[in-house]
Amino acid sequence: MPEKRPFKNAVIMNNIEKYFGNVAALNGINFEVGANEVVGLIGDNGAGKSTLIKIITGVFPPTKGELYIRDKKISLKDYNVKQAYKLGIEAVYQDKSLGEKQDLWRNFFIGRQMTNRLGFIRVREEKEMAQKIMFDIIGFRGAGITAESKANKLSGGERQGIAIGRAMYFDADLIVLDEPTSALSLKEVQKVLNFVRKIKESGRACIYISHILSDVYEISDKFIILDRGKVVATIKKSEVTLKKLSEFMLKYAHAK
Amino acid sequence: MKHLKMSIAKLVKIEGLTIIGVFIALMILFIMTAPHVFTGYRIYMSFLQTVPPLLILALGLTFVITAGEMDLSFSAIIAFSGFIFCFIFRTFGTPWLAFILALLSGALVGYINGLLVAKVGVPSIMATLAAQFFWNGLTILLSRGLSWNIKEIRPYFIHTLFVGRIGGIVPAQSLWGVGVAVFLWFILNRHTFGEHILFIGDNVDVARVMGVNVTAAKIKLFVFMGVISAFAAILLTLEMINFWTTQGAGLLLPTIAAVFIGGTSIAGGYGTIIGSFFGAYIVGSLEAGVVASGIGGYWTRLVTGLVMAASVSLNIILNKEKGEGLKERIKESIFIKKGGEKSSLLKRENLKNT
Repeated sequence: MPEKRPFKNAVIMNNIEKYFGNVAALNGINFEVGANEVVGLIGDNGAGKSTLIKIITGVFPPTKGELYIRDKKISLKDYNVKQAYKLGIEAVYQDKSLGEKQDLWRNFFIGRQMTNRLGFIRVREEKEMAQKIMFDIIGFRGAGITAESKANKLSGGERQGIAIGRAMYFDADLIVLDEPTSALSLKEVQKVLNFVRKIKESGRACIYISHILSDVYEISDKFIILDRGKVVATIKKSEVTLKKLSEFMLKYAHAK
Repeated sequence: MKHLKMSIAKLVKIEGLTIIGVFIALMILFIMTAPHVFTGYRIYMSFLQTVPPLLILALGLTFVITAGEMDLSFSAIIAFSGFIFCFIFRTFGTPWLAFILALLSGALVGYINGLLVAKVGVPSIMATLAAQFFWNGLTILLSRGLSWNIKEIRPYFIHTLFVGRIGGIVPAQSLWGVGVAVFLWFILNRHTFGEHILFIGDNVDVARVMGVNVTAAKIKLFVFMGVISAFAAILLTLEMINFWTTQGAGLLLPTIAAVFIGGTSIAGGYGTIIGSFFGAYIVGSLEAGVVASGIGGYWTRLVTGLVMAASVSLNIILNKEKGEGLKERIKESIFIKKGGEKSSLLKRENLKNT
């Protein structure tokens, strides 16, 4: 049974603006993700999708606006990736999830290592835990891949599996997936989509970003469409078919 | 048979094994070509006396190169911190104050390097080249270009502790070299600082989105390199009981060569302390070895070049298996995409056409 979360919304953005120099990447963003909602975030290249999620995951702060995580207002000055971890936010990025030349056990715990007081890593514990995650959560069995394998020995799908497994292990309330399938073979895409279904079943929230509308449509409860730094539409799945959604997106492509 | 193959594969994985092999081969070669020199212990004691400053620099630089950065300023720190050490000792007569202030002077140079690289965004090779000129220049100004003798430091404990002769034979600095190497092995492979360096060198974006404070880690890295260089400067100055303004200049390229001979990747994300350890001893023993072999001193640099090319090539060839494995995987995934699952591929194309 999914565990009910003690808050209504995983994330709320209120009038968020982000400038890089003079260029507005995001302009007046209002955005909501329910506690157990899968949100498909769609939009063309440069629409601001990645900027938006990097604000949620604490990679950089917005220029202006309000951010609520688990219904609580965030002090944007002190917000960073480590804070986001503490608030139960995990991210899986297309090609920025794993250090290629590093052992998998390092990849699981980078940024929040299990250490002693002097900052030395408790290697055996990390390795055992990594192995356990790979067995229990991701389901890697006997494929010749262990916690001591290097990340570059894995296929694209396996890598995303590791990154998603990591997010599940840390018991995230919100898992953000940024283009998780764009480098994958189609069989592997199905695996990733199954992971997203698992996220939903376990009572968590998810933001799913992808160019591939059919994937987004399959798993999302709600679609938020971004265009040139603005939210142009928020559509519930019950209100739209895949065909309608595609036509709608195409209209935006033409409007340019 | 399969068992044998596996154990060979495991052996290749052992850190620094390639370079230890090169080192042993080189020593055997020297023993064969110059038995009168290389079967006695004196030549080895002389290596243990002269190599440690180069070794300690190479160990520090291993971190910098692993992080995907470069430091060219450490040769200036050898001069600057060596000068600070001599100056404080000669002025106040207190060796430990001199020791601490010399380390701090290295930290200061490193901190400024770190600020330029991590905060301002100057590529490290440029920032540290500028630093090399600046701190060398400042050293020349302050010392008025003179060399300073500090033979009064001989009776002090600090001299015995760092560069004394254990049992009248073994130079103490060689043990300090081993100690620093063991300690830094643990820092690189078992400490959060080392792990952050590995990830920053591997892919700085991954490090950042996974919660590593990249700016802070890079500043720490250059401060660390500064302190390590200052320590090497103190060992060198104590051994020579003398400071001269160009005392670091001859160490710059040999140190960089030692790190690369050891097998640390210039691409970042992988560094080997054991490799740098033997790399430093290879570079440090070549000159004496070549001269003793009777080929003549003019050949030293040429041989260093050959050894470096050979070691780096060997490292790449032995690691090739991994690379090919990766190629296979890429081929596989392209093949699946092309032939395997047409139906869903069509689905994607349909979408584009609507």
